[in-house]
Amino acid sequence: MAKLKISDLAKIKDQVTASTSLREGGAQVKVTVHMGTCGIASGARTVLNAVMDELEKSGRKDVIVTTSGCMGLCSAEPLVTVEKLGDEPIKYSYVDDPKMRQIFNRHVLEGEIQTQWVLAKGSEQ
Amino acid sequence: MEDLSLHILDIVENSLMAGASLVSVAIEEDLQDDRMAITVADDGRGMEPGFLARVTDPFVTTRTTRRVGLGLSLMQANARSWGGDLTVHSRPGEGTTVRVWFQRCHIDRPPLGDWPRTLFGLILTRQEVDFYYCHRVGEQEFELDTRELKVELGAEALADPQIMALLRGQVVEVLGQMGVEQVPALPLEP
Repeated sequence: MAKLKISDLAKIKDQVTASTSLREGGAQVKVTVHMGTCGIASGARTVLNAVMDELEKSGRKDVIVTTSGCMGLCSAEPLVTVEKLGDEPIKYSYVDDPKMRQIFNRHVLEGEIQTQWVLAKGSEQ
Repeated sequence: MEDLSLHILDIVENSLMAGASLVSVAIEEDLQDDRMAITVADDGRGMEPGFLARVTDPFVTTRTTRRVGLGLSLMQANARSWGGDLTVHSRPGEGTTVRVWFQRCHIDRPPLGDWPRTLFGLILTRQEVDFYYCHRVGEQEFELDTRELKVELGAEALADPQIMALLRGQVVEVLGQMGVEQVPALPLEP
């Protein structure tokens, strides 16, 4: 059986040393995409891809993107939570690709909450 | 679910909810026998036999937020309609293995979808979890192991979306060489 592996790790390695030296401090903002079956079926992966794409473009190292399960509000999926250090988390509902990009660029990067799409403030429970 | 990679993502999310620290995904394509099989194995907390017996029942879930659990039942119903089935093996404390197989060229079988992007989305968002991915097409095999990548590139590199995008590009290339179906490019704007 022919085994294939990624060949060009050396090139990527150079990139790593170049970029990780710029990394400083901890994360300032956490973006959570809710990825239950309900979220996935209604487009959470598109939302995750959008936020990853914007994060890659921004080059910011103080933003972490993560996923979590179903929150119990399946009808409002895809749901995204944006949590700035020291602030209450903001939950957005019915998020799609363009909304996610706007939320990332305005709220995550600039701190401007996109109130028109906000579902709730605070944590569940 | 629009494509197979969404189903895989859904099953992997179950593994993550079960507290897995290693999730392995194997995709096997047998062109001669026209079969395709996907195996997702984890080292999470596993399931009691009583729960395991009912796990593909849509009215069974571990969640307390609502009373239906659709992921596995949906995948099983689909696999059956594509001439295959889904099985789940699990033991408490030893993890869970979900195996699904079906006819590769069945007319209702959805495309694989953007699996590389899905996988790298998982790797980037779940730093604390290791992923092993293996793809076989006939005699060719591709492997990717985040434990090896962490040794080669350092754990920090796996949290960097730019580096992961480079790596994803290479994975797409290798899979293309193996003849794995690719996601068609988006149609150009008129």
